[in-house]
Amino acid sequence: MAMEAKEQVATATAGYSNGTTLNGYHDSPSAKPVREPLVLGNKTIHQITEDICGVAEQKATPKFWAALLASILVAGAGIGALTYTIAVGIGVWGLNNTIGWGWDITNFVFWVGIGHAGTLISAVLFLFRQKWRTAINRSAEAMTIFAVINAAVFVLTHTGRPWLDYWLLPYPNQMKMWVNFRSPLEWDVFAVSTYFTISLLFWFTGLVPDLASLRNRAKTKLAKAGYTVFSLGWTGSTRNWHHYEFAYMIFAGLSTPLVLSVHSIVSFDFAVSILPGWHTTIFPPYFVAGAIFSGFAMVLTLMLVAREILDLHDYITLKHIDNMNKIILATGMIVGYAYAMEMFIAYYSGNPYERFVFFNRAFGDYAWSYWMMVTCNVISPQFFWNAKLRRNVWFTFVLSIFVNIGMWFERFTIISTSLHHGYLPSSWHYYTPTWVEITIFIGTFGLFMVFFLLFAKYLPIIALGEVKSIMPGAQPSHHHHDDHGEHGDYYNTGHYAESNDVQAKH
Amino acid sequence: MTTVEKGNVIAVMGDYKNADKVTAAAKGIHAAGYTKFDIYTPYPVHGLEKAMGMPKTSLPKFALAGGLFGLASAFALQYWTGGIEYKLNIGGKPLFAPQFGVPVFFELMVLCTGLTVFFTMFGYLNRLPNWHSKYQYDAGFQAATDDNFCVVLEADDPRFTIETAQALLTKLGADNVRVVHETIEQD
Repeated sequence: MAMEAKEQVATATAGYSNGTTLNGYHDSPSAKPVREPLVLGNKTIHQITEDICGVAEQKATPKFWAALLASILVAGAGIGALTYTIAVGIGVWGLNNTIGWGWDITNFVFWVGIGHAGTLISAVLFLFRQKWRTAINRSAEAMTIFAVINAAVFVLTHTGRPWLDYWLLPYPNQMKMWVNFRSPLEWDVFAVSTYFTISLLFWFTGLVPDLASLRNRAKTKLAKAGYTVFSLGWTGSTRNWHHYEFAYMIFAGLSTPLVLSVHSIVSFDFAVSILPGWHTTIFPPYFVAGAIFSGFAMVLTLMLVAREILDLHDYITLKHIDNMNKIILATGMIVGYAYAMEMFIAYYSGNPYERFVFFNRAFGDYAWSYWMMVTCNVISPQFFWNAKLRRNVWFTFVLSIFVNIGMWFERFTIISTSLHHGYLPSSWHYYTPTWVEITIFIGTFGLFMVFFLLFAKYLPIIALGEVKSIMPGAQPSHHHHDDHGEHGDYYNTGHYAESNDVQAKH
Repeated sequence: MTTVEKGNVIAVMGDYKNADKVTAAAKGIHAAGYTKFDIYTPYPVHGLEKAMGMPKTSLPKFALAGGLFGLASAFALQYWTGGIEYKLNIGGKPLFAPQFGVPVFFELMVLCTGLTVFFTMFGYLNRLPNWHSKYQYDAGFQAATDDNFCVVLEADDPRFTIETAQALLTKLGADNVRVVHETIEQD
């Protein structure tokens, strides 16, 4: 380990001398305790372009095609099951008169929740000037968009007659009917479609300058044409950056309350009803925290894989993983607190129906699902109190999958347990999904992977311009007052990396 | 596709390799009274637009207008459809009330603000898409999307002469000061 660290210092120093003067900027003599750098390997601005554009420019490997093919097959199975559902009707699902929402809405809430991490990273962390976000925001935003597409698959199919889904929108029609704005389901139509549109615009806005970088390097005619069209003719003009930066800030400012509103409104689908187990005021913050929790877990799951396959160790460092794990720990505890508070309020309300539902949730027919949720969401993140485990790539990967599973079970638990034993014992029922629902759900993972693989192959997976702008010396030195914090004077101290970072690289 | 260089001079360009020097240069060019010049950078450099003497962006005004439009439409839509056009009693709930209107007020406001900002910023303020730039054959200009800070003094500027422009950029420490000619594409 020590040997490797020495090697790293050696290459880093070599890189320094032939680098541009950009890196020489932190020439203050004070060698204070330093922060970890955001990008390892002492890179020049040009190297960053080479590294990140290189990912998109290299020839697709057989591994990539194999992964893409596998994902297409899985997605295809899902689309088959979806087609079958639409052709025959949602009677092919396991729903019954008592349980009208099953895997469809569980999966809808699950996928919408996954999207929240992307917006949180791109918008909230931007407003808080968290520079580490630049390594992960692009792919997390992409995941948001793909996740919302998957969510739409479920919510648009569960209407039963998806070819009439345009009825969800208020438009003048020959029936002289209008949508019911008093229904939270209608609020959801507006929330989710706004969320999708704004996320897409935000993502595309971020992509434009990076696509211009790819355009100027493109070798083949097809790549050149594609990148040219979508980069809109971006040149990097300061007269353009000026407006661009402001637009980016407005998008971040819009997305921050938007991301909170979306899952709040999704939770209204439940909370505004009068069903014990759903009718609780804690739902909006509880759902938002859960969404961020699950979203970060999903971002980690995919990013850790992408980091290995595409060799992005210098950009997605252990510091990023550590930071994300801290957010998982924090949101995991908010979720855990919400579970406890729900139980307490059910007891404290004195309402027998409320009490019954929660007792039944923990010890009834679906107890297995409840305890699965508690184990994955409340107990498993506690390991992240340990700094070593937060920086352990394999541990993080496994735990992120646990969190994904736990958060899926949370939604399933909330939906099924509240519905299956309602006010009328004569209509109590149990719900099990059929192969159709299961296939559609698995299929959406395939679809997600198809989108993600294509994105990772053909688009800049790391926000090129943004990473460049946070490099040491990238900004004029009189601007140090707003640069403090995230990068210190590590170039002068030699503490450019922690030894375990180096270890993970090899 | 072949390209032929024509005689017309369109600009004098110079390169910089770091943000401090290019910011100082921007101040110098602005002080010299140039108005038609631009600096092409790989990422937004803080304070460069101020050094160039650019006015504040008018984008926030558009954003506000978009937001207010969205809010007003959301109000009109819910009030008119529910309270006037299609009065449907649902569980005795009021036909219109601002409380249940809040989610749609908010969402349409955000949606309209976002769309306005997107199209105003790219389409109106930055005049994009524009798939051709007359400078695009210059290697230093192209490298601005990589790691070059390329200063362009445009020939349209009333103060522009080849000699003074070159002298100014040289004085301000630019590398590779060059006269750029118009390029015509020929098949």
